[in-house]
Amino acid sequence: MVLFFLSQLLNGLLDGFYYMLIALGLSLIFSLGGIVNLAHGVFFTLGAYLALVLTPHVGFFGALALGPLIAAVIAIVIERFLFTRFYREDPLYSLLLTFGLAMIIEQSLRWYFGATPRAYSMPADLRGQVFVGDFVYSRYRLFLIGMAIVTVAAVWALLNRTAFGRIVRAGIQNPDILGTLGISLRPYLSAVVAIAIGIAALAGVLMAPIQPVHPLMGVEVGTAAFVVVVIGGLGSFWGVVIAALLVGLVKGMMIGLGLSQYSMLAIYLLMFVVLLLRPRGLLGERITRFE
Amino acid sequence: MTHFIGRRQLLKTGALAGVAGMAMPAILRASNDPYVIAHLTPRTGFLGPMGEYAVMAVDLAVEEINAAGGINGRPLNVIKEDSVNPQTATTKAERLVERADVAMVLGEISSASALSIAQVTARANKLFINTGANSDTLRGKDCRRTMFHTEAQNVMYVNAEGQYFLQNDMVKDKTWFILSSDYAFGHDLREGAHAFLERHGGSTVGDELIPTDATDFSSHLLSIRSRRPDVVVLNLAGTSMASFMKQYGEFGLDIPLGGFDYNSSLAWATGAEDFKGTWPCIWTHQVQTDGSQAFARAFQAKYGKPAENQAYADYIALRIAAEAITRTGGTDTAALIAYLEDPATDFDILKDRRGRFDPSTHQLLQEVYAVTALDPSEVEDQWDIFTTSGPLPAPDVPLEELVQGAVGGACTF
Repeated sequence: MVLFFLSQLLNGLLDGFYYMLIALGLSLIFSLGGIVNLAHGVFFTLGAYLALVLTPHVGFFGALALGPLIAAVIAIVIERFLFTRFYREDPLYSLLLTFGLAMIIEQSLRWYFGATPRAYSMPADLRGQVFVGDFVYSRYRLFLIGMAIVTVAAVWALLNRTAFGRIVRAGIQNPDILGTLGISLRPYLSAVVAIAIGIAALAGVLMAPIQPVHPLMGVEVGTAAFVVVVIGGLGSFWGVVIAALLVGLVKGMMIGLGLSQYSMLAIYLLMFVVLLLRPRGLLGERITRFE
Repeated sequence: MTHFIGRRQLLKTGALAGVAGMAMPAILRASNDPYVIAHLTPRTGFLGPMGEYAVMAVDLAVEEINAAGGINGRPLNVIKEDSVNPQTATTKAERLVERADVAMVLGEISSASALSIAQVTARANKLFINTGANSDTLRGKDCRRTMFHTEAQNVMYVNAEGQYFLQNDMVKDKTWFILSSDYAFGHDLREGAHAFLERHGGSTVGDELIPTDATDFSSHLLSIRSRRPDVVVLNLAGTSMASFMKQYGEFGLDIPLGGFDYNSSLAWATGAEDFKGTWPCIWTHQVQTDGSQAFARAFQAKYGKPAENQAYADYIALRIAAEAITRTGGTDTAALIAYLEDPATDFDILKDRRGRFDPSTHQLLQEVYAVTALDPSEVEDQWDIFTTSGPLPAPDVPLEELVQGAVGGACTF
């Protein structure tokens, strides 16, 4: 029984890695641009459809590289023509904008591909299971978690070990000071939106083999990503990482206790408690322009 | 004797002729006005994929009915709406019956939304033909005199699939792990599965309720592996069924799999590699009757893909509605109910045996089928990834056998 409970906790922790993948981009866009991107989940869906379309031509690994790139290019266009008008506005406007954007992209996918879910095969090389004692895990999910760790590490390195990252972090704190130093934030904003949406699409490509691909698959994921960002705290890289693992852990614990039907309730309760004790989230930074 | 028309009679006749003349366009218009029926079904959310098939089938049925001259010489018009969830379903049903004054409502897949629509249509004294909600309760304690069902009810699937389980020694002294969707549909099936298991000497080692929006089943798969059941039984709704089966293959589980609900669209979304088990079904494109094959061909020609069970249930519902209006000569609800629940009334439902409504519950009594996944090496195209059995029950067994042991309480109209 103890072993079973521990295996559920471990599985929950592993689940946390892909929550992290989706929540990270959402947090980045809001922290730097003040945009609450309600369309984030739709880009996850777009990634899954790109996998469906690209795989027959370039294979799974080709789709894994090309899918996020295509989504990133689309993101740059959206950032240049839409987001850029709303950075200085009340976040409520960007909320409406991205809600509309999500509707348009989702309905376009529905119109072109239909609402019927599509099957996407798992690459043969990644099929199978890995056994560690009594704990068994899918080989594909280990690959997925590996991809999540590499991506999160790359984003961390970009933000903390490069000149690009220093400017982005300064921009998150106070964009006006950057302006007085003669640094334009605009290209950085484009790059951050492209990276964030590219990561969401990457998550979509990675999920396509283990979920049916359909126009609404990003809705559930988008909700989970918001919960992770709120628990972790805006502007905090490590806040998102810890919150994602915590959410996975709570979910695993509830299922381990035989209370699977209350797993989502437990996650929302966790969010409630965190907000009660720390209104900015676990590691949320004080961002002056949002005060 | 010469008979002259008197002044008064002339005036009366003239007045009548005048009134008739003025009323004629309205009379002519009324006789050509379309019959308007509402189709309300989820087109978004986790049941949206099935709703899409329902809408396609309704469009096809309308096209065919109108091409054949309409109903009583009048065209048929169907107003189609997305029911979304029980709250929206209620609002839209109210609008459709009160403002649009539709003759009847048909559609729905969610049992909770179907109950909402049934309440609205009962208040407005309009007919509601449920085409996709399975819950026994809708045919039991929540039944309505104005509600009929072309979708099979849960117990029919439990009994049909149960026969398969019994024949394959998967019940007596065996252990089941049951996963059910956490809403009316899943609760009903779960109760039915427990009742069936108890009757036949089996037991459970796991029994979990799954949120309807669940996409990741890894934790449940680990539970299944640790409890080592003899059979895994699924009562999952919508896309979560396909997600589960994909992940079941991913985790390499090979415990026999089955369940009490099935949709071909979700089998196709799972894919040949991961679709496993034997499942009960109201209809597939492989049913070998002339009527079924004609429907399957027409659907394939119009949409470029085969029809599935939800398409079938909506297609025959509209045909039954059209036949009832034709036979009763209009849309009077009392007359339609009397016609539909008359034990002498039966319908060509594209199967071997004709279908008829059970007067005590308004469930369409009909044959069902068992669908069995093909081994991936035997699959030749993306649609024929399963085989379909002959009709169940056997020809010499009354259709009423399928509704024995329903768990939704007693229906009192």
